[in-house]
Amino acid sequence: VTARRRSGITGIGVVAPGGTNRKEFWRLLTSGRTATRRISLFDPSAFRSQIAAECDFDPVAAGLTVREVHRLDRFIQFALVAADEAVEDSGLDLDLVADRTAVCMGSAVGATTRLEDEYVLVSDRGREWLVDPRYATSFLYDALVPSSLATELACRFHAHGPAMVVSTGCTSGLDAVGQAHQLIADGEADVVVTGAADAPISPISMACFDAIRATTARNDDPGGASRPFDAGRDGFVMGEGAAVLVVESLEHARRRGAEVYAEILGYANRCNAYHMTGLRPDGVEMAAAITAALDEARLDPTAVSYVNAHGSGTRQNDRHETAAVKLSLGEHAYRVPMSSIKSMVGHSLGAIGSIEVAACAFAIEHGVVPPTANWERRDPDCDLDYVPKTARELPVDVALSVGSGFGGFQSAILLGRPGPAARGEG
Amino acid sequence: MGRTVVTGIGVVAPSGIGAEQHWSCTLRGELRVSPIERFDATRYGTTLAGQVPDFRPEDFVDDRLQVQTDRWTWLALAQARLALDDAGYDPTTVDPYQTAVILGSGSGGNEFGQREIGALWNRGPRSVTPYQSIAWFYAASTGQLSIRHGTKGPSGVIVSDAAGGLDSLGHARRVIRRGTPTVLAGGAEAPLSPYALACQVTTGRLTRAPDPRDGYKPFDVRANGYAPGEGGAVLVLEDAEAAARRGSPAYGEVAGYAATHDAHHHQRPAPDARQYARAMCLAIADAGLTPDDVDLVVADGAGSPDLDRLEAQAIHRTFGERAAWVPVTAPQGLLGRLCSGGAPLNVATALLAIRDGLAPPTGNLDNPDPAHRLDLVRGTPRRMPVHVVLVVARGHGGFNSAVVVRRHSEGEDRP
Repeated sequence: VTARRRSGITGIGVVAPGGTNRKEFWRLLTSGRTATRRISLFDPSAFRSQIAAECDFDPVAAGLTVREVHRLDRFIQFALVAADEAVEDSGLDLDLVADRTAVCMGSAVGATTRLEDEYVLVSDRGREWLVDPRYATSFLYDALVPSSLATELACRFHAHGPAMVVSTGCTSGLDAVGQAHQLIADGEADVVVTGAADAPISPISMACFDAIRATTARNDDPGGASRPFDAGRDGFVMGEGAAVLVVESLEHARRRGAEVYAEILGYANRCNAYHMTGLRPDGVEMAAAITAALDEARLDPTAVSYVNAHGSGTRQNDRHETAAVKLSLGEHAYRVPMSSIKSMVGHSLGAIGSIEVAACAFAIEHGVVPPTANWERRDPDCDLDYVPKTARELPVDVALSVGSGFGGFQSAILLGRPGPAARGEG
Repeated sequence: MGRTVVTGIGVVAPSGIGAEQHWSCTLRGELRVSPIERFDATRYGTTLAGQVPDFRPEDFVDDRLQVQTDRWTWLALAQARLALDDAGYDPTTVDPYQTAVILGSGSGGNEFGQREIGALWNRGPRSVTPYQSIAWFYAASTGQLSIRHGTKGPSGVIVSDAAGGLDSLGHARRVIRRGTPTVLAGGAEAPLSPYALACQVTTGRLTRAPDPRDGYKPFDVRANGYAPGEGGAVLVLEDAEAAARRGSPAYGEVAGYAATHDAHHHQRPAPDARQYARAMCLAIADAGLTPDDVDLVVADGAGSPDLDRLEAQAIHRTFGERAAWVPVTAPQGLLGRLCSGGAPLNVATALLAIRDGLAPPTGNLDNPDPAHRLDLVRGTPRRMPVHVVLVVARGHGGFNSAVVVRRHSEGEDRP
């Protein structure tokens, strides 16, 4: 077996609720403030859940052209802005490595908002299908296929390596970064523009989670609605946003003298083969993913200094995840801090996995662990240290981020402080 | 690194249900593009498509699950069942973590999604079915396959338009090399619903011909766009040693894979075909071969004059002088373009060509455009030894992917 090449994160860009660049995003997370509010993107009155974490996003001010805004769904707009920030942060001149630069982006629901808007246009607000096909935008196929996300980033940065969108529902963002890591490991690319984007705050997406009561109905308390691991949690709060990471082979980063936020030490994913939305409370498959990621990293569970939880705030998820962490980390689960940033920025479906990886990189960089906002009352099934309300200063050498999603997908990724070893080998 | 072989083929496509129906239709050159039957398509500009004949979802999906899923998932469930039966492999009899599902996904559960958006806007949020949340999103089929067959391995969903079916095989190989011995890979597409068709016609790449014989004609002087189609193929990919331990014969080896992106324009292909050719060359090199080793090329065959010309150009860049006499075929001219289901179907075709020593003809080809300077297989199948086949695919926006399949000698991987 040939040695796999190591990879690290050398650039980060974030568009998230409460912070449309990486600095504002991290400031929000460490403040413990929440960015959840009553939905303003459409009138939510007829819906069961009327709360979301929205981005205060001005695409033109953020650097997109009017033509791009006209042409692209909001999820791709987020991705382009985050990608510009990430690539600039990395200091890379991607034109020099064009053939060796891949694009591997996640998205759970792609351009659904655009598809719904256009449906409404061509059907006279749903009254009559296809009043006239010419009412539709000429970019409708680009909205139908979420692969457009990868195309837009490849074109923007002239990246000629492999390009793809990873769409494994709510683990898309984590899986995209994990697959980027694999592309580097196997020598298929030297640089990968990775991450994820979703913009699902639209009537059809809200209606679809209303129907299964997965989202919160705490409409009178928007700021306190996302309550992962709290005894009073009653569902997730929809979010939106993007994070883009420049993932690079450590050798490549070292040769050009680049700063590395974090090394990607291990990644694994599993399926529960149980139910499209249901989770068995024992968390066996998520535990298997965590254990496999630790095996790849050749780390003992006690090496983990911080767990960034999926922590969506649904009854079953938080219980399932707590069990999985106990199963995989053993006694260490009770000692390691574990928090959910979804308490502050909501659950942006596929995007959140990458946003959480970005949060882990910043936790390593700053030695600060973001809190779980709104955590007040202990649930007997959720009895770990969830870092309630206030960020905690703590050296983070190894961060574990986990994700769980519809379809039964369970994923885990490990990030490590880039030590001398990380710089010395590659 | 360990070899990856294909031990099972599951086809549900306009050419038929099951690999043998597909293969005999392909060899006969029977045109299966026809006027769209499931709704009145007269107002869309495109009225032709490749439809799966006589597909009865109840043969593969029980009533309860049919209600919860889109036709796209029914097709994938059927393909997976056929592929597993063909491989003689039942994931429920082994450690559940030893099998994964990795599908290419193009546009998700179109018919289901349109129906629910319509319900929402006509009758309000409460009329949206709970199954909308699990039926239309791009991971739905992968999740359902994993549940149906009890597979807990590292599953995935790759989206790169029509190149995605090959990319799913590429990712399956990564997963196999990391220790999961068996992967169900490939993909299906069900794009023949009203809204999805309305989306597709906006590319200007679809044929507007009313007669199937005049419609999708890859590499023909009268190429005028493509007909969309439904279905595709799921393959059982296995670590060669694991397959040998099971005593399972293999159709062939997935010996090489590579992907590139034009990164030129969000809708138009790069005018030089450089990246397309690079994907071909990288896949051949990844297989440890040279272009001279390739016996047959199964082309993307987009069926537009400009895209066909660029593909010919890429083949010339890759094969040099030999481009004029390496046999090239695009049997999908009979079936339409199946988006992410199309390329895995072409891989199935390539494996059957290896098995039988027959290169199938290009579909619906009357007069090859001489400007392409390609040796297109035409009319009847060409009997010839087939050891190595290059299968290529392009996706809208500039995706280029290539897979090399090779005859597999039994015994090579006996542990």
